[in-house]
Amino acid sequence: MKLYEYMAKSTFASAGIRIPQGRVASTPEEAEAIARELGRPVAIKSQILAGARGKAGGIKFADTPAEAAARASELLGSEIRDLRVEKVLVEEKLSIDKELYLGITIDKALKRPVVIATAEGGINIEDVPEKSIVRLPVDIVWGLLPYHGWQVARRLGLGGKIGSQLADILQKMYKLFRAYDAELIESNPLVISGENVIAADARLNVDDDSLFRHQDLPRVEEGTPLERRVHELGLAFVQLDGDIAVMANGAGITMATLDVLQYYGGRPANFLDAGGGAAVEPTARAIEVLLSTNPKAMLINIFGGITRCDDVANALVQVQEKMGGFPVPVVIRLVGTNEKEGLQILQEHGLTAYRDMGEAARKVVELAGEGRS
Amino acid sequence: MAIIVDEKTKLVVQGITGNQGNFHTRQMLDYGTRVVAGVTPGRGGAEVHGVPVYDTVQEAVDKHGANASVIFVPAPGVRDAAFEAIGSGIKTLVIVTEHVPVQDAMAIVAYAGERGVTVIGPNTYGICSPGKCKIGIPPNVIFKPGHVGVVARSGTLSYEITAAISNAGFGESTVVGMGGDRVVGLTFIDVLKMFERDAETEAVTLVGEIGGTAEEEAAEFIKGMQKPVVAFLAGRAAPPGKRMGHAGAIIERGRGTFESKVQALEAAGALVAKLPWEVPDLLRKALGGKR
Repeated sequence: MKLYEYMAKSTFASAGIRIPQGRVASTPEEAEAIARELGRPVAIKSQILAGARGKAGGIKFADTPAEAAARASELLGSEIRDLRVEKVLVEEKLSIDKELYLGITIDKALKRPVVIATAEGGINIEDVPEKSIVRLPVDIVWGLLPYHGWQVARRLGLGGKIGSQLADILQKMYKLFRAYDAELIESNPLVISGENVIAADARLNVDDDSLFRHQDLPRVEEGTPLERRVHELGLAFVQLDGDIAVMANGAGITMATLDVLQYYGGRPANFLDAGGGAAVEPTARAIEVLLSTNPKAMLINIFGGITRCDDVANALVQVQEKMGGFPVPVVIRLVGTNEKEGLQILQEHGLTAYRDMGEAARKVVELAGEGRS
Repeated sequence: MAIIVDEKTKLVVQGITGNQGNFHTRQMLDYGTRVVAGVTPGRGGAEVHGVPVYDTVQEAVDKHGANASVIFVPAPGVRDAAFEAIGSGIKTLVIVTEHVPVQDAMAIVAYAGERGVTVIGPNTYGICSPGKCKIGIPPNVIFKPGHVGVVARSGTLSYEITAAISNAGFGESTVVGMGGDRVVGLTFIDVLKMFERDAETEAVTLVGEIGGTAEEEAAEFIKGMQKPVVAFLAGRAAPPGKRMGHAGAIIERGRGTFESKVQALEAAGALVAKLPWEVPDLLRKALGGKR
């Protein structure tokens, strides 16, 4: 779960990391009031869950409160990088001597947290040449010690009071990283402004799987309205741009199902992993949601392990009866646990199923009127 | 032979009194796995399918010589259960539970490393050395004793491919599910090394997917392998920036793409199947006249 910049910044502030003065606003009037309180030039930053906002026109500057209101009204309600801006962060405009990047993320290969830093901050970290990037893996059992912060500072060429502040900020960021079960915590840019090091930007992405122990955090939703509907059913779902709806069980087999469809010239409309052992009800709801998107055809591909074929068959029959028949061709592939029972149920309701994944995929592509000639 | 688990493996089931633990204990017993004990704190003295239940893993180790554990407890309790198993002298730990917080997984893997414990998972279907021992949740019927080692990141896709290998008459030495999460105990290279040394394994099938660089790293090792490798990769049709079900299955910042993985594996001499059911044909080709 990604937090908005203003939320991430409030966690930074609570940890004692210096952030620019300012507040979040939902209306131009609020933006004007905040600018007046600050009494100096401000930055007005769109609160959206995407990076590179500056380049996309999502960050504006204003010298007076009236100008702040005007800029805020341009941003509020507009779309930046396809995301609607509902809030802006109004903060003091910093005088910047130098921009740094400082972050902590997870190194999948090393299986531990890793500090990433560079003196070339303010731009996409992906665009920074590898030789300018400082990486420091952290032992999760022992944690990040103060000397690590100094090591990073020195490798960035920083010393004195600035080096000391950077070391301190890294220590605090690591505490936040652990306390919030972060996948990523970063400040880009982390700016040197006179005597101070200030987190001009802040990002904090919380591991979705840890949310059970973060009841205090606000819940930030991401994705298209359709994606949100399916996520509410507790299923993994990604919207794609084709028109053959797909449901399978297991992430790997669902990906492979899309690949096979594409191989035969079909265009998948979505990724939907019904999961291992999904019960009749959520499966039926998921099928309904998929059918509501008006696909040309639908493919159900089940290799039952924990998932029972009879549960899937019952879900299909339930939807069929509720809708008075399927509105589009539905091709079913059903093998594995309780296969016989599942096929029996389908048969009793005039449905058939394939045993072979390839045949089922070819059939659905044909029924959708797509495919290789 | 076979790798990691065999007929000498003595298993304790953590979370044996839960739905999944109970159901899969029955399945594992039916497969012939030596399930010697179960653990659920507070339920010591009970029995599940004739298996004695204890409050602690230590009792299962002391009284029955358990050397492997499988964890079915819900995600919030996994860290504790895993540390308990590792601290009690278990040598092979299989974590079936999905949605384990990634920082917990990192801590478990770090502790296991210090104690020389093999961790399979989290978010894995488990491991099976056909005819000897199955730990985890895959259907019993897909396996057949044989000489192909299978290593995979995902569950149902590897059932699909394992069943195809069995139906084609090959059979498997050991089938390992590493788990679909970002941080898991084993890497492809760990498992490939074991298969390369295992006398029973003649060829290896690697089932990978988009995201991360695990397949690219595996390719580096495959270059030096004596035994042939046949791979299948999922995610050709996946768009960048979207998490495809598994926490690890995401193309981020241009890394972890399908093309990069296929290229690396082919350059290393592996045969890459375009469709899942082509794997047995490629195995036949790779093993030449041997089968």
